[in-house]
Amino acid sequence: MTEAPERVPAPVPTTDPAVVRAIELVWREAELLDRAAYLRWESLYTDDATYVVPIDPDTEDFDGTLNMVYDDARMRQMRVVRMTEGYAIAAVDAARTVRTVSRFVPESVTGPAGGTEVVLRSAQVLVAFKRDRHDLWAADLRHRIRLAPDGPAGDRIVQKVVRLVNSESAVPAAGFLL
Amino acid sequence: MSTDVTGADVTGPTAADLVRADRVAGRLYTDPELFELEMTRIFERAWVWVAHTSELPGPGTFKSTHVGRQPVIVTRDRKGEIRTLLNRCRHRGASVCEKPQGRANGFTCPYHAWSYGLDGALRGVPYPDGYEGVLEKRDLSLRRLRTESYGGMVFATLDPDAEPLETFLGDARLWIDRFMKQGGGYPVKVLGRHRFTFRGNWKIQLENTTDGYHFPIVHRSWMASVDAETADMMSFMTDPTAVTHDLGHGHSVMQMVPAHSDLDADDGSEPLQARFDGLVEELSATLDPAAVRKVVRAMHGTGFNLNLFPNVSLSAAFFRVLRPVAVDETVIEHVAIGPDGPPELDAVNRARLRIHEHFQGPFGFGTPDDAEGWDRVQRGAAAAPDMPILINRGSAREKADADGHPTAHVTDETGMRAAYGRWKEMMGDD
Ligand code: FES
Ligand SMILES: [Fe+2]
Repeated sequence: MTEAPERVPAPVPTTDPAVVRAIELVWREAELLDRAAYLRWESLYTDDATYVVPIDPDTEDFDGTLNMVYDDARMRQMRVVRMTEGYAIAAVDAARTVRTVSRFVPESVTGPAGGTEVVLRSAQVLVAFKRDRHDLWAADLRHRIRLAPDGPAGDRIVQKVVRLVNSESAVPAAGFLL
Repeated sequence: MSTDVTGADVTGPTAADLVRADRVAGRLYTDPELFELEMTRIFERAWVWVAHTSELPGPGTFKSTHVGRQPVIVTRDRKGEIRTLLNRCRHRGASVCEKPQGRANGFTCPYHAWSYGLDGALRGVPYPDGYEGVLEKRDLSLRRLRTESYGGMVFATLDPDAEPLETFLGDARLWIDRFMKQGGGYPVKVLGRHRFTFRGNWKIQLENTTDGYHFPIVHRSWMASVDAETADMMSFMTDPTAVTHDLGHGHSVMQMVPAHSDLDADDGSEPLQARFDGLVEELSATLDPAAVRKVVRAMHGTGFNLNLFPNVSLSAAFFRVLRPVAVDETVIEHVAIGPDGPPELDAVNRARLRIHEHFQGPFGFGTPDDAEGWDRVQRGAAAAPDMPILINRGSAREKADADGHPTAHVTDETGMRAAYGRWKEMMGDD
């Protein structure tokens, strides 16, 4: 969070090849989540990655506040087990989801030796259908994505923050992931 | 006392006919008329939990909440007194505050700018000349609800004749005292809250907090994800010392981990969980070993759930608050708490937040499974609404404990019988 970026063209165009790769990864992730392909979803994250759904709309102090989700690798792995093992009644009977991720705003593209890092904001609209009812989940996303030097197959998410527009209000208990 | 519970015999002309000692009508979850009656006879008469004192840390702080379906503001006025005010302007009825919490000098209605003090008194009316001879300010305070607190738990009631809060809490007070010991010698404070909705009746949730029977079934996925020590701690299903007491007034306490019912009772023989080794080391830099042991041993809260009729439970390490919205809609809050102590304890509270997130909230490893179970109850109850819902588990092995409280195993439905007994009393015709 405090490292000085090595290269910050402002504003970064969405046509920047690094941004294009990051957008493609975000879309790939969205599809895996809609298909409940959680094992493959997990493999998109680095070991040191965090996956966060905060409650406080403005906080960056996820450690010191209560979140809906604040997963490191260990929690993420357990969550995937929960979603896939068949013992969680909420996951077995989860809503079907279709999400659209768009309105991309590249925040920064930085290029240290180990690979380029892209910070990308976007909007996500998710429609969940369960038991004759559609629920709407609207959120701002922020992905921090590390591009692999040897091609898109190795691109990984370092942090994902999902800020629901109604994070401070009552949301339904979910059997899927955002 | 073996009884035939298969018949549809929970019918009758009055609400009270729908509840028997061992069964209640499914209609209790689905009938909108009953719901309306519950709002007036229960939620406008009982003491309803509205806040924890830590949410109102100083004069001028407030939070918005509800008593039943009525919006209220809970404030701490200039003198430090906690007030509960109906959130309804005395002029034409607008809500005077839409912020969930904050700090203010008072509340000014956005419509015609009548302004009220933190104690609800009407202070100012713009262009007052039109009101000459027709407006007496002192008669037009925001309506105040009786507000009393015990052990940091703040309750309000719309009934001016309600019994004193301490009488209403009765034998539950001991358990409130015990619950607050998880502060480890410090007061308890609110750390944050999860809010979620479920499309079902409020009583389904009320039952759940005293339902030990569902735990290993519904929470299998959570059990699989915690370490062996934590899972072991929750192995109350087959522990004969794990019991539920009916405390009277509709309240009950379910002791899942009796060894942690009174956290001050510690002979030092129980090892601290290995998962907290890092935390113990960090705390030991500034705190003495006894203090460290106290806060770390309380990491999972107390070993019981205290269910207070009608809307709050003190559940292991958090408060669980329910708000009825409609006959088939309820909002639940899971309020995370921790010790309110010196900055060294921030590490304790961070760890408590992670434990809370692991189980609770709309994406926890426990709550969504509970909610799925409740959703199923609501949907199933639509079939034959007069067919009974059974609350008879363990009634044949229920005995009075030393204090005279009806007591049975932790997996028994003693707590539900307590709550429905109170429901029947309050819903009966006077
Ligand atoms: S409605 Fe509040 S001032 Fe008129
Ligand atoms: Fe549960």
